[in-house]
Amino acid sequence: MFKIVSKEEIAPNIHLIEIAAPDMAPKSHPGQFVIIRIDDKGERVPLTIAGVDLQKGTVSTAFHAVGKTTKEFAKYKAGESIMDFSGPLGNPAEVENFGKVLLVGAGVWCAPLHYTATALKKNNNKLVVVCAGRTKNDMVYENQLKAVADEFHVATDDGSKGNQGLDFIADILKAQKFDHAIVMGPVSTLKKVVEMTKPYNLKTMVTLASLMVDGTGMCGACRVTVGGEMKFACMDGPEFNGLDVDFDELISRQRVYLPEERMASMIYEKLGGSVKRG
Amino acid sequence: MDREQRKQETPMAKQDVVDRIHNFYEVALGYTEEQAQREATRCLQCPNPRCVQGCPVNIDIPAFIKEIKEGNYRASAAKLKEFNSLPAVCGRVCPQENQCQEQCVLGKMGDPISIGRLERFAADWERNAGVEIPEKQVEGATGKVAIVGSGPAGLTVAADLIKQGHEVVMFESLHYAGGVLMYGIPQFRLPKEIVQAEIDYIKKLGVDVKTNYTIGRIFTIDELFADGYDAIFIGSGAGLPNFMGIEGENLGGVYSANEYLIRINLMKGYLFPEYDTPIRIGKNVAVIGGGNVAMDAARCSLRLGAEKVYIVYRRAREQLPAREEEAENAEEEGIIFNLLTNPVKFTGDESGWVNGMECIKMELGEPDASGRRRPVAIEGSNFMMDVDTVVIAIGQTPNPLIQRTTDGLETTKWGTIVADDETAATSKEGVYAGGDVVSGAATVISAMGAGRKAAKSIHEYIQKKKTGQ
Repeated sequence: MFKIVSKEEIAPNIHLIEIAAPDMAPKSHPGQFVIIRIDDKGERVPLTIAGVDLQKGTVSTAFHAVGKTTKEFAKYKAGESIMDFSGPLGNPAEVENFGKVLLVGAGVWCAPLHYTATALKKNNNKLVVVCAGRTKNDMVYENQLKAVADEFHVATDDGSKGNQGLDFIADILKAQKFDHAIVMGPVSTLKKVVEMTKPYNLKTMVTLASLMVDGTGMCGACRVTVGGEMKFACMDGPEFNGLDVDFDELISRQRVYLPEERMASMIYEKLGGSVKRG
Repeated sequence: MDREQRKQETPMAKQDVVDRIHNFYEVALGYTEEQAQREATRCLQCPNPRCVQGCPVNIDIPAFIKEIKEGNYRASAAKLKEFNSLPAVCGRVCPQENQCQEQCVLGKMGDPISIGRLERFAADWERNAGVEIPEKQVEGATGKVAIVGSGPAGLTVAADLIKQGHEVVMFESLHYAGGVLMYGIPQFRLPKEIVQAEIDYIKKLGVDVKTNYTIGRIFTIDELFADGYDAIFIGSGAGLPNFMGIEGENLGGVYSANEYLIRINLMKGYLFPEYDTPIRIGKNVAVIGGGNVAMDAARCSLRLGAEKVYIVYRRAREQLPAREEEAENAEEEGIIFNLLTNPVKFTGDESGWVNGMECIKMELGEPDASGRRRPVAIEGSNFMMDVDTVVIAIGQTPNPLIQRTTDGLETTKWGTIVADDETAATSKEGVYAGGDVVSGAATVISAMGAGRKAAKSIHEYIQKKKTGQ
């Protein structure tokens, strides 16, 4: 069992959790992920690491409570334990002195993006950061990202704060020369930003949260076509150069269990949103 | 027992086919005490038993059978465990017909002794009666050993070494120990309670089992040495699925056998939404491949409500790599065998889910490197199959994580670790390897055989290291 050391709702339905994992903490790097399983009937859910505390021996990650499993997980309190917390998995993100780096994060992904941004800052990169959310109330890690950014932009889907949508990134790319770019967010966001960086042939690293079961290379559920080759996001990634990724295939694969997920979520809500299980 | 009686094996009851295709209970029901006695009485107790040579771990087969014949079931199980820590597993899934039983002298005049069924009987009897935990036999210096992977090879090494007094820590990347016995082989062939009982036994012997530890990520092999381990055994299996590299392979509904079986066996996807992991099994399921894994996936599909389940295999019936018993079980259950057939393309619907499979008919040509006649496509014989679920069961290769993260560990071009046949030693001092990560995908018993050898060499290595000789 793995103890939840702290838990905070950092935006509506977005939770930051810190879990005691003393063996894992010193081995974890930006870009890597963990797999959680809350209880014996739970799904294995991959979540990107958002930070570690070496003194406390904890690993943090953030999740958006949208489906049955994550809604159930959202109910857990500090002091309680989850059954499984496995990691670090996947390869660390490329972190070196690139020069000038464009960082784009959307929603819950701004938490792990901050972990990568901090490492990039330590490597003396100039950071132009875009922090995106649905509305001004859904912003995650805005202040933390602002603190490490050399240039900082906010974007919301509805325009309630900062820029409306992400189209303005095209102007940033037109005006400045970048050496590296990193995007973390839903696949649709990754695809959109890569379409903007492609004309500049700017290496744009995207973190792919593909469907996964084991996360260690066994199931092949996370397979994705990169540069015409089959890659496993868990073993070969999760970070890939977005310029080479077949996003349409990935989007299609992401959707295959939507009917099941909707059904599970609906049943869960009908049961009053509680299935505490032994 | 007269001569004629001696020629005939004692049949083992199976769950009726009409019932069993709707449930996950065990198909083979095992011997009763009377049946076991009768079968044990057939054994000739050869002075030079050939069956023992046919067994990869050289179990003293006549001895354990004799104990059954005399009603000493606990002694029989104890005899088995001298050679094999997982008799209840091996009694069920070993290819006995190609190993011990193939060598049995009785097989020349009639049916060979049903060694596997008797092994299962003794192991089940002991489990039901309550397993006694043996005393540790501390011989000489003891050390601390890390076992990477908790499948059949790792479990064997762990049991052998802890009995000799070593401190043993076993690392497993998944949330349950047992490896392929847990995630791969379905309940109806190997009940998970039995695997769990074997794991519990290993824990009671004192092995520290750490789940959720992916070696190569959380600790490298060198970090384990730095942490004070004297020797390391790698039994990480062959878990990386092969794909065909054909169009449409990434459509929804196209599963690797690993994913399919993990969703079913480990995550209980068929109990969705009570369990959280979904699996969608359509009306028409095609399983590509002809091995035991393919048979398992096909038979699972049937039990989970598929209407038609096909085995699509590019060679002929007599070349199926699956155990004959499993192929027969599958046929009895109504699995349709499309032999000499190979998929060339998958098609999908607008939602990205597979809805068809284009195949080509094959014929057998000249023998290939494996000695089997090579399947050759018959040009122009393409046809469509109406399928909505596809399971690709064409084999696995070792997971490359440990190989990639360990300096000085020699590997082959197939990604397997190079280890000595007799000692299981690798090119790196103190590191031993066995099972599928060395041999490529093989059998439970061959993995255990490699585990036995590894345990012996690790023990000797530690003696040398600690006593400076």
